[in-house]
Amino acid sequence: MKRNIPIFITFITGLALILAHFVPRERQSISQIGEIVQDWAMIIFAFAIILGALNLLRVNIIEKVLRLAKGYGYSIVLVVAFFVTTGLGIGQGIEEGTKFFLIYKFIFTPLSATMFSLLAFFIASASFRAFRAKTGEATLLLVAAFIVMLGRVPIGDFLWTHIPFVSKYFMLSDISAWIMGFPNVAGQRAILIGAGLGAVAISLKILLGVERSYLGGED
Amino acid sequence: MRNSKILMFFSAIIFFIAFSPSIAFADEGLREKISYYFNVDKANILVGIIIVFFCVAYYLYHAQKGKALYIRPIAGLSALEDAVGRATEMGKPILYIPGIMDMDDIQTLAGISILGHVAHKVAEYQSRILVPVSKSVVMTTAQEVVKEAYLKAGRPEAFNIDDVWYLTDDQFGYVAGVDGIMMRDKPAANFYMGTFYAESLILAETGYATGAIQIAGTAMASQLPFFVAACDYTLIGEELYAASAYLSQDAHQISSIKGQDMAKAVVLGCIILGCILVTLNSLVGLPDFLMSFVKFFEVK
Repeated sequence: MKRNIPIFITFITGLALILAHFVPRERQSISQIGEIVQDWAMIIFAFAIILGALNLLRVNIIEKVLRLAKGYGYSIVLVVAFFVTTGLGIGQGIEEGTKFFLIYKFIFTPLSATMFSLLAFFIASASFRAFRAKTGEATLLLVAAFIVMLGRVPIGDFLWTHIPFVSKYFMLSDISAWIMGFPNVAGQRAILIGAGLGAVAISLKILLGVERSYLGGED
Repeated sequence: MRNSKILMFFSAIIFFIAFSPSIAFADEGLREKISYYFNVDKANILVGIIIVFFCVAYYLYHAQKGKALYIRPIAGLSALEDAVGRATEMGKPILYIPGIMDMDDIQTLAGISILGHVAHKVAEYQSRILVPVSKSVVMTTAQEVVKEAYLKAGRPEAFNIDDVWYLTDDQFGYVAGVDGIMMRDKPAANFYMGTFYAESLILAETGYATGAIQIAGTAMASQLPFFVAACDYTLIGEELYAASAYLSQDAHQISSIKGQDMAKAVVLGCIILGCILVTLNSLVGLPDFLMSFVKFFEVK
């Protein structure tokens, strides 16, 4: 019973959403079912954030700070930032001009940008490791990456114009665009088709109760 | 004999797809009656779902009759036990990241399903698994899954609920937190299974820098190159969805993988047929009833 009720709810909800997708919008009674279920899901997800916040505070305060575990200093910073930001947001609001907005604009946004900017360095280090001509496929990858990278910057076409004869008919940027527009798109579409079919198959398994590992417990 | 049956089934499906649109929707009166109850612009999606359903049902029927079904080994999943064993020998924990999306995302569901198998293996090896998550509902689900995995392995006392905890909903705040965990706790095996966006390379490169063995799986085509470059093993697209069935070795679940492979073959046949029809139509012109096949699968 404990496992059958969630499976039954999953099946009924999934079936309702599928039917709502195929029924014309004019049949409002059925198409509205899908919208109502999605509204309920959004409300549940919004309330569930309280669970996350309580877990965050419990793990950091009780397990780290009070026990002086390794790295407890970071937990103190996190807890203080949590209460200060929450207090300011609830007390003064979050509009432009409030202290909450100042924290968002001058602390949170630059920190996010810093993390995002790490990608530039990580792409360089990952490329250095990945683009090595160890096998035939790796050599092909190296050549394609070289053409695409050089073809996307102005200096690529500038250097290409110095090659006699070839530059009269096409430029390096044309080759780069062809690689990105044809073999690359073909490969991505193949992956997307496979992933899409896999998603349909696993969704069918979840709807029909064949796949139950997400519920925990015996399969 | 077996191959001829599959070929006949395959041909029947192609025939059904090729001619059902023109048969069903040639009559305007019939189309108007149907469109009152059913959005005919989405009929192509329904046909696709029916095809996948019948392909899966075909192999499910064979699985129920006790027929052994073979699927090719997936390197990343074969290496799962080695990764957990390596972490146990080194006395380091295993880090599992189920993506950054919520439970309504199918990749997160697939990631949580795989988490159950990984946690079971970790419990058997008497090691430790860390699961920092980005969404609250995922946290509660993951706690249940890991707890039951330890219970199934006969080690419920070893389960620590604080090993599955919530970090933050924010994308880069989450990746900063996970990077901190990697640099401080130095897990020996990292698993990234689910939906990832820009943070995928940050996670994978930081994990590489700590010397961990890394197994990733995602259906995000834009992030796969980063995982392939930085991780030891990568589950590409549908392999992520097939992983749970592959690890369970349950005949019913494996039959669904075979069914989806057959559906892929049908899609391939339709693509080839569509390309031929469009090419011929542009060269010599084709009758409308042949082009109705192409028009049926247009995105509306």
